[in-house]
Amino acid sequence: MKIAVCIKRVADSETRVKIAADGTSLDEAGVKFILNPYDEFAVEEALKRKEAAGAGEVVAVAVGGASTQETIRTALAMGVDRGVLLQADTGAADPLAVARALAAELKGGGYDLILLGKAAIDDAHQAVGPMTAELLDLPCVTAITKLEIAGTSGTAEREIEGGVEVVAFPLPAVLTCDKGLNEPRYPALKGIMAAKKKPLETKPFQGSGGGLQVLGMTLPPERQEGKIVGEGAVAVPELVRLLREEAKVL
Amino acid sequence: MSNVLAVLEQRDGALRKVSLEVITGARRLADALGGTVDALVLSAGSVTGVDQVGAIGADTVTTATNAGFARYAPEGFARAIADRAKGGGYGAVVLAATATGKDLAPRVAARLGAAFGADVTDLGVENGAVIATRPVYAGKAQLKVKLAGTPVVLSLRPNVFTPVRSPKAGIAQTVAVPGDAGRVVVREIKAAPAGSLDVAEASIVVSGGRGLKEPANFALLEQLVAAFGGKAALGASRAVVDAGWRPHGDQVGQTGKTVSPSLYVAVGISGAIQHLAGMRTAKCIVAINKDKDAPIFKVADYGIVGDLFEIVPKLTEEIGKLQQ
Repeated sequence: MKIAVCIKRVADSETRVKIAADGTSLDEAGVKFILNPYDEFAVEEALKRKEAAGAGEVVAVAVGGASTQETIRTALAMGVDRGVLLQADTGAADPLAVARALAAELKGGGYDLILLGKAAIDDAHQAVGPMTAELLDLPCVTAITKLEIAGTSGTAEREIEGGVEVVAFPLPAVLTCDKGLNEPRYPALKGIMAAKKKPLETKPFQGSGGGLQVLGMTLPPERQEGKIVGEGAVAVPELVRLLREEAKVL
Repeated sequence: MSNVLAVLEQRDGALRKVSLEVITGARRLADALGGTVDALVLSAGSVTGVDQVGAIGADTVTTATNAGFARYAPEGFARAIADRAKGGGYGAVVLAATATGKDLAPRVAARLGAAFGADVTDLGVENGAVIATRPVYAGKAQLKVKLAGTPVVLSLRPNVFTPVRSPKAGIAQTVAVPGDAGRVVVREIKAAPAGSLDVAEASIVVSGGRGLKEPANFALLEQLVAAFGGKAALGASRAVVDAGWRPHGDQVGQTGKTVSPSLYVAVGISGAIQHLAGMRTAKCIVAINKDKDAPIFKVADYGIVGDLFEIVPKLTEEIGKLQQ
């Protein structure tokens, strides 16, 4: 089974966002960068599927700056066989441009599955997976929490408002992975050592623009600190009165 | 190029409420561009509720039918919408950023080669170009973006665009969509237990964290949710979801759901940055925590310091009295 996993380097979820001098992006000073958490589910699923098949290859593909090599090494340490970096210093903020670059890289690669995270936790378009699928004319199921594959038929579950959709699709296919699909493994020391020797190819990013231009980034207004109503259960009646009469939410 | 295509959502043959928000967003755009709003709903048959969309600003409403459209059909829907967007010479295509819309909108944008603005919270037109505001870093910041070319594709965040009356003709028609519904088929929808609300949709959310001490203690929060009488949903912090105490669909925060209820009650949650990102847009936040220095109190409108195992049952009792 040959599987591609498309991954992204993102700011850690504990990051306090400060705006860079350009006024349109994150100030990266002091920010810790990680493999996008939803992409960990994609990497884990790819490794599990290859292990179950007993043979195959898992390739990690990422779009980003030179520092994205570290992120690919993390995936290699988890067990991915090789990595490809489509190196872009700008232009990677437009999901259609990224999808075009990924589709060009993956086209004709003979992949049975192309896996991505449901969303990147930074810009959260939730678009690159389904866009890549459309460009490659492959079936796609997004935000899956369960996956079964038998031969060239797959069944996945995805959460919708008030329920779960059970979705059937043929392989090859593009799937985006949600929390709940699996428990991502931690890279073991042996894997981290092995990752240093695994192939990591760098190519120039060739995604033509999708027409999205960032004009500015702003921070939302700070919430005003409220009041401590009191201590213990005796404060409850006063809290309920405030919710009714002051906040008017009951 | 000044007309706007508003893609509505139906389930089981009934228009979903979020569709009215889509029309309101589309109307705002069409008014700025000087065009019409043409609504489109994909279905296997007739859809109840389409007669209401004229009142909130749809000039026309088309029900596009195909035997394969009883449930969401990703490929068939994307093809039908993209064909209509191309054929009608639209300036913008607007959808809802629901579970379906998040899947569908990027497909439509890719088919059209169109600029895509996801999960938009505000929109307008400046110098003839569509401008949108969208949250990033789970709402820790927001971007103002310009979408170049025509058409552009936008998905609107639910519960942001409040429907307003703007009477238009709302001329209804039905057309048949030829072809099959595609390779990806929704075989079944497993409904959530009756009466349970999704945290992303509820107007009141009660969330629990590690302060609950063990999974069984979430029964206390379930009782509080029940006391609100069908308006509330139970949420959870990442810590308790990762520990396997609660289902992942309940998680509020940057790696879970972003919620904007009118009331958010955080119980035994310290308030990690990634959690605050997911609930900071709630209208009113209540925190119950034994640690008076917990970061959650910095964003809470009202706080009670103390033992949640005494405070929550009392709160359940008081809320129960109000509902009688």
